[in-house]
Amino acid sequence: MSDVILEVKNLSVRFPIRSGILQRQTGAVQAVSDVSLQVRRGETLGVVGESGCGKTTLGRAIVRLYEPSEGTVVFRGEDITHKTHKELSATRKHMQMIFQDPYASLNPRKNVGAILEEPLLLNTNMNREERLARVFELMDLVGLRRDAMNRYPHEFSGGQRQRIGIARAIALNPDLIVADEAVSALDVSIQAQVINLLVELQKKLGMAYVFVAHDLAVVQYISDRVAVMYLGRVVELGSSKDVYADPLHPYTKALLAAVPAAHPKDRKKVQPLTGDVPSPANPPSGCHFHPRCRFATDKCKTEAPALRRLGHVDVACHHAEKIKSGEVQA
Amino acid sequence: MSNFSSGDAVLKVEGLVTSFRTDDGTVTALDGVGFDIGRGKTLGIVGESGCGKSVTSLSIMGLLPSGVGRIDAGKILFEGKNLATLPEEEMRDIRGNKIAMIFQEPMTALNPVFTAGEQIIEVFMTHRNMDRSAAYKAALSMMEMVKIPDPERRLEEYPHQMSGGMKQRVMIAMALACKPAVIIADEPTTALDVTIQSQILRLMQDLQKDTGTSIMFITHDLGVIAEMADDVVVMYAGQVIERADVVTLFDHPLHPYTKGLLASIPHVGQHRDKKLSTIRGSVPSLMNLPAGCRFYGRCPYRQPECEQTRPALESHKGAHEVACLFAGRIDAGEIKPNYEALGGE
Ligand SMILES: Nc1ncnc2c1ncn2[C@@H]1O[C@H](COP(=O)(O)OP(=O)(O)OP(=O)(O)O)[C@@H](O)[C@H]1O
Ligand SMILES: Nc1ncnc2c1ncn2[C@@H]1O[C@H](COP(=O)(O)OP(=O)(O)OP(=O)(O)O)[C@@H](O)[C@H]1O
Ligand SMILES: [Mg+2]
Ligand SMILES: [Mg+2]
Repeated sequence: MSDVILEVKNLSVRFPIRSGILQRQTGAVQAVSDVSLQVRRGETLGVVGESGCGKTTLGRAIVRLYEPSEGTVVFRGEDITHKTHKELSATRKHMQMIFQDPYASLNPRKNVGAILEEPLLLNTNMNREERLARVFELMDLVGLRRDAMNRYPHEFSGGQRQRIGIARAIALNPDLIVADEAVSALDVSIQAQVINLLVELQKKLGMAYVFVAHDLAVVQYISDRVAVMYLGRVVELGSSKDVYADPLHPYTKALLAAVPAAHPKDRKKVQPLTGDVPSPANPPSGCHFHPRCRFATDKCKTEAPALRRLGHVDVACHHAEKIKSGEVQA
Repeated sequence: MSNFSSGDAVLKVEGLVTSFRTDDGTVTALDGVGFDIGRGKTLGIVGESGCGKSVTSLSIMGLLPSGVGRIDAGKILFEGKNLATLPEEEMRDIRGNKIAMIFQEPMTALNPVFTAGEQIIEVFMTHRNMDRSAAYKAALSMMEMVKIPDPERRLEEYPHQMSGGMKQRVMIAMALACKPAVIIADEPTTALDVTIQSQILRLMQDLQKDTGTSIMFITHDLGVIAEMADDVVVMYAGQVIERADVVTLFDHPLHPYTKGLLASIPHVGQHRDKKLSTIRGSVPSLMNLPAGCRFYGRCPYRQPECEQTRPALESHKGAHEVACLFAGRIDAGEIKPNYEALGGE
């Protein structure tokens, strides 16, 4: 069996835009556009990009919280693109999601013990004793004290709630966890605790992560490979080392250049990218990035560049070779 | 090296104590906060959620919710006046005029039923006594100053028609309209994307060079502090625990909390085979504060005295100040961190 756990092929997700009193559909937002990628067993694929670029939509389409408009999602060798809710229940055991706001995703009327026991109750035939043992094991794994079992979500801090969310996600030993901005709402000192926990759990349990976040340093830290998205498309995909050390796509370059300095002596001197991110409901023609790109030529205005291999990474830019060789410069 | 608290401070905060009445009793959100903002300088205020950054700015602006929040003690000295005790009529003349504020969420500060233009024009008409046509011209030039493309058209737009970055530019234009001596910016870029954040940070730096305005820049992001600040105040649970110029703070943090905070951020170039340092535990609740050092429960360097003795903010070397009983000995390497004593993560 191949070690590819997830294969996304030419995936697109569109949302209808409705307006007027009759709420007629007047257009569509192409939230995810022709995305192809693979995730291998036990690896972490980071997904970065600015607000509205489609990160959440991609993550949700992967776990089939959204149904794709086009393309396929193959998970553990099985095409799950159009499975019904009922057909998916067996699959769901193996893929879980962690959200930005753990509070919103935890039932406020259930205590931690009940929250963690629920997936075991629904999906396994463990008896009460076995379930309790597993709940304790899960609490140990994520660093929650066992005596917290009878407490309710509102009694915990943000970081602890995220631990509860993580414990629930790993309860059934999934092969894949999609984490959507899982540490974004946490204070830095707590964020580091949760990141360490995710890394450690992956080492112990071997699941793959799709780690969606807008914080570039965090994604780089945790990921084996990174996909950079812009207005629904993947514009660069490669090992996190390659992409961060030597970004090829002009957008990736600009994004990394915009990350604030780690030290006041390294203050950024580069000119920031101009212009706003265009609306995904009405993206620019050709390469979506061309109005903000300093390398753009006429071809970029009309022809959308496909994602293609260049050296060690995949990049969607007509001028990637010239940028790589240094033939064209800022 | 820039020196903290040069004699030339525009705004001086001393021993500020601010509290709120809540259903569970009174909480003291600020407990003896003090700092200076140098003329034409940027003071960064950094700390985790709930440490009192926003309450500090609301206290200075006289915007604490009335009947709920109040200043119990301390001084806010600005142009020879103590803003902490200034009557509301006089405060109104200072607010938005001599001290202006930029918020994280421009939507809450901009009025949704008026166009951007009407709102900037209003500022010029009330604070600068301009007539409508002069105010329109001034508004247009402000829009150009904050580099809003197509400014005539943008003046006619309502806030909901603008992107987050555009709204923040409008907020900055409004804040600058009266040439304030101080701008208080409370997480002005936190809700923005990094490329837009870098545009706004650059804009604020350029405008500061041109106008000489002092900026109090509140953020939880140490990277933004590294980009923007001349001087830095680090807050923890309602107190200032360290003050220094920005380079000193990053090169040579003294307080165990500051050290921990700086070590816990992943930097581009760092990979997960090297574990991130963390600060154990979480911030204590203001309802249930320890008697001594507020960082005691999380501090790997703690000593028995720390549990009961509250450390004062004291000078370590020159203008570098720290509130830690053992900062000197920790710095000299005489006290080593002991993580075991803190128990699990
Ligand atoms: N349920 C929905 N209905 C309609 N449009 C949607 C829906 N979900 C997302 N969109 C639109 O799809 C685009 C992509 O949104 P998405 O939430 O995936 O972006 P994101 O990259 O996760 O952004 P952020 O960083 O802000 O979380 C946006 O234009 C968004 O407005
Ligand atoms: N209106 C209020 N009533 C009661 N308590 C309040 C009120 N406003 C603030 N507080 C309390 O004061 C403390 C400091 O809050 P503040 O908003 O200044 O934090 P902050 O440092 O700005 O945090 P953040 O990074 O989350 O914005 C918090 O514990 C908060 O709960
Ligand atoms: Mg999202
Ligand atoms: Mg705040």
